[in-house]
Amino acid sequence: MSEMNYLTADYTLKSWFLTTDHKRIAILYFASLIFFFFIGGAAATAIRIELATPQADLVSSDIYNRLFTMHGIIMVWFFLIPSIPNTLGNFIVPLMIGARDLAFPRLNLLSWYIFMLGGCTTLFAIFAGGIDTGWTFYTPFSTLYSNSYVIVAAAGVFIAGFSSILTGLNFIVTIHRLRAPGLTWYRLPLFLWSLYATSVILVLATPVLAITLLLIATERFFGVGIFDPRIGGDPLLFQHLFWFYSHPAVYIMILPGMGVVNELISCYSRKQVFGYKFVAWASLAIAAVGFLVWGHHMFVSGQSLVASLVFSFMSFIVAVPSAIKVFNWTATLHKGSIHFDAPMLYALAFIGLFTIGGLTGLFLACLAFDVHATDTYFVVAHFHYIMVGGMVTAYFGGLHYWWPKITGRLYSEYWARTAAVLIFFGFNLTFFPQFILGAEGMPRRYHVYPPEFQLWNVLSSGGAVILAVAYLMPLFYLGYSAFFGRRAPANPWNAPGLEWQTSSPPPGFNFTTQPVVTRAPYQYNRDFQAEPQNA
Amino acid sequence: MWRQWIPLWQPGLSPHSGDVDLLFAGLLIASALVLGLLFFLLTLFCVRYRAGNQTNRDDHVAKGWHWEVGWTTASFVCFLGLFVWGASVYFQIYQTTSDEHDVFVVAKQWMWKTQHPGGQSEINALHIPVKRPVRLVMASQDVIHSFFVPALRLKHDVVPGRYQDLEIEVDKPGHYHLFCAEYCGTDHSGMIGEIVAMESADFSKWLTQQAPSSPLADEGGMLFRELGCSGCHGNGSKVRAPPLEGVYGKPVPLSDGTSVIADDKYIRDSILLPRSQIVASYEPLMPSFEGKVSEDQLLRLVIYIKSLAGHSP
Amino acid sequence: MPESSAFAPQYASIPHRDHTAELGMWVFIATEVLLFGGLILAYLVYRHAFPQGFAEASRHTEIVIGTANTAVLLTSSFLVAWAVEIFSPDTARITTWLLMGAACLGLAFIALKGVEYSREYGEHLVPGIDFQFAGPRGNSIQLFFIFYFVATAVHALHMLIGIGLLIALAMICRKAPTTRHHTALHSAALYWHFVDVVWIFLFALIYLPGRSSS
Repeated sequence: MSEMNYLTADYTLKSWFLTTDHKRIAILYFASLIFFFFIGGAAATAIRIELATPQADLVSSDIYNRLFTMHGIIMVWFFLIPSIPNTLGNFIVPLMIGARDLAFPRLNLLSWYIFMLGGCTTLFAIFAGGIDTGWTFYTPFSTLYSNSYVIVAAAGVFIAGFSSILTGLNFIVTIHRLRAPGLTWYRLPLFLWSLYATSVILVLATPVLAITLLLIATERFFGVGIFDPRIGGDPLLFQHLFWFYSHPAVYIMILPGMGVVNELISCYSRKQVFGYKFVAWASLAIAAVGFLVWGHHMFVSGQSLVASLVFSFMSFIVAVPSAIKVFNWTATLHKGSIHFDAPMLYALAFIGLFTIGGLTGLFLACLAFDVHATDTYFVVAHFHYIMVGGMVTAYFGGLHYWWPKITGRLYSEYWARTAAVLIFFGFNLTFFPQFILGAEGMPRRYHVYPPEFQLWNVLSSGGAVILAVAYLMPLFYLGYSAFFGRRAPANPWNAPGLEWQTSSPPPGFNFTTQPVVTRAPYQYNRDFQAEPQNA
Repeated sequence: MWRQWIPLWQPGLSPHSGDVDLLFAGLLIASALVLGLLFFLLTLFCVRYRAGNQTNRDDHVAKGWHWEVGWTTASFVCFLGLFVWGASVYFQIYQTTSDEHDVFVVAKQWMWKTQHPGGQSEINALHIPVKRPVRLVMASQDVIHSFFVPALRLKHDVVPGRYQDLEIEVDKPGHYHLFCAEYCGTDHSGMIGEIVAMESADFSKWLTQQAPSSPLADEGGMLFRELGCSGCHGNGSKVRAPPLEGVYGKPVPLSDGTSVIADDKYIRDSILLPRSQIVASYEPLMPSFEGKVSEDQLLRLVIYIKSLAGHSP
Repeated sequence: MPESSAFAPQYASIPHRDHTAELGMWVFIATEVLLFGGLILAYLVYRHAFPQGFAEASRHTEIVIGTANTAVLLTSSFLVAWAVEIFSPDTARITTWLLMGAACLGLAFIALKGVEYSREYGEHLVPGIDFQFAGPRGNSIQLFFIFYFVATAVHALHMLIGIGLLIALAMICRKAPTTRHHTALHSAALYWHFVDVVWIFLFALIYLPGRSSS
């Protein structure tokens, strides 16, 4: 390679672990997240093997409870929440806005170290003896009854929260201040709008989780606390505080995925995204209304009927902007010139799976049905359609799309498409039966279950095997491509975004000359050729 | 009955479960229509506008506010309809009307303990008569549990530190699953039992066959004396404490000028946190029984005081 | 004022850098508002549930120390604001003194807080360690004191971080202040004022209920 890029600038360990280059930090995050993804995935595998039969045969109840807690905590806080923002976002945001780095590069590096500290603390809790509260830490079980490493695990999540906050802060400030000349708000690619909305949630919701976990740890440590029913404390207050964070956190886990899908749909149908402004504002609407729906997790908890009514109504309202997005993506395909490259397959899978997840979300927002379905496998299936079918699929799509930019190499299109199709089928086989299980009334977090539920559980476990294999495949062909793949040109997909106007991989400070933006994003001419934003 | 045609769905067994099933069917149909339309359009566009296919792509539009307004309004109206439907059924489910047959449910790690007013108690089982509403008064000894009967499409959390009311009614005799739906620790999945619905006559027979212990109200009365409650609340005691005869279900004036209805929760709170709500014109003298009585004993005391409702003070 | 010649490559100019840093601090403060907001929400829920217990508990707090601490903190904020206002190389000396003064007041606040804690320990009002309350509303009073200790401890932690920042800035000001340090001082001052405002809220919630009406 003739010219210097961020990967070849320096090879020492120090140059990686003390780097302030957003691209290298993205790589650090990427490597850490692969690690956490496979730890969480291993727990999921064990769970699915155990559930293949109604009896307890692989593990004891204590171990089973630790497994699903570990799966939840690792996947939510150490994979899904940082996945797209901290890897793809970190890498792409400055490139997309024509900046040389994020606003606070050292804070960015600090955020990775905090993340790793939180991750190691949580891993310590898991390997020292585990934690059996479920990822939701419900009191008074977590504070007064559980006999496991709750404080350590809560500390790990608490610490990782600060990493989220710093990332969100960095993105907000960067998008406000570091846009290239001419890059007005309505010329921003939609990925940035959705990351901006995500960052607002990260900054405003995460501190509430932090203080809640602090109260939990205090209560557990001193044996008495603010949620302790023995002294008149209210366990439901904990749930309110927890879901005030954790419901918006669901939007932290899906908005970036939606953002990626905008980029993919537009690029592979060679058309600008239909209804740009509606999609952009839909992201912010989701972020805003998302703060007002947390009580729909508590319809059967004994909160007042009026509260349930309001939260149910708001939950339907928050679905409207999501519906707007799905319709706009579909309309984008109309009269396009559609290429079925691997990232596009992921994007189409995302639309389908996310729509199923969203529609079943409406089932759960519907008060009377939620009374039956909450805390059953229906809920499990629903949020896996959103988070795995939605977010993880979008993450893989985005990863393939920007892979040539990140590594400067091309991957095997054949294997990438095979993996995408396998993931789609494996996923549906794993999780669709769980809707039926839930509708029939199988509660979640059950280690042993009545034998009449076995058929669907076996199907689900079978699907999980396919899914596990499919998720392992990219490790091989992308790993191979990173070292031996064909060299990628600067703009392999012929896309108009600024990130494609610099070399692959980009040089140290991204651009040799400051780009000046002259037109809206996603512009293609009549021959479906991209018209770069800075031309 | 067309409800039984819905695939994989057991017919409802209670007055409300049929409504919930209907709602579910409605949601399924609405979703199927939306998904069908979406997948049809996706497939159509993907096939017709695949790269290299010669087709008319002229005058494609990038935006259209009438489309946006159209599908936004359509979604909103649909959602609003579903919301109203779901909410109205929900209100019916949680309406409690009668309290002719009260059953007390105590949840603890990891079992359900149920007690009939006559004193018959069961573990992980609950016998009830069919076609007659049964009011459950539920309390938890330790962590949060959730009383879930899938066949009735009914569920309610049992949160420590408070009572929860739930009314159930079964139309058909049989054995139905009772699950704990809120994760409660190691043996969560073992915290299951069954609801046994019986014809009224069978149920009465069953009740008489059980009855090894005395009625709950009698046991409550014994506790009332053992714990020393009668020393102050009893007739002719020197300490001035409000008499409890005829109190249950009536409004009680409080020292701060407000009044409350003396229901299960009020009586429970008055035993555990006696000085939070002082009856007007009485001194706050009563000690707290927090930690001195178990949930089982509390229930008996509440039932005893309730049994005094008919007496005149 | 001498300007440090170099600024990081992602910025277009020095004012660009400075405004960016300031926005960063505002976003951080937004985060902090929600941190204390969650805590205060919990307080309000319980105060609504147990109004008399909370009023009585409040009467057991050390209002003299609390008021003194409020005065101390307001004064230190004033000193910091003053330092920001006059910051320049010519006034390096006095800026240093102002910042050191503010930091010392911060330490005085912490010290008074320590005295307050030890008195409460003496009165057996520390939940989880030594809590005995003979009166009728022991439980809700215990809830109040759990909130009191968590809130003031989290606040004190913020104070310690702020004190560290002020001392570091005082050291820098003594040597060679530049525009970059002016921005840093400005951001630190924002943080310090925010911690001050949080205290005003805590003061009203902790010390005043139960004292106003009687």
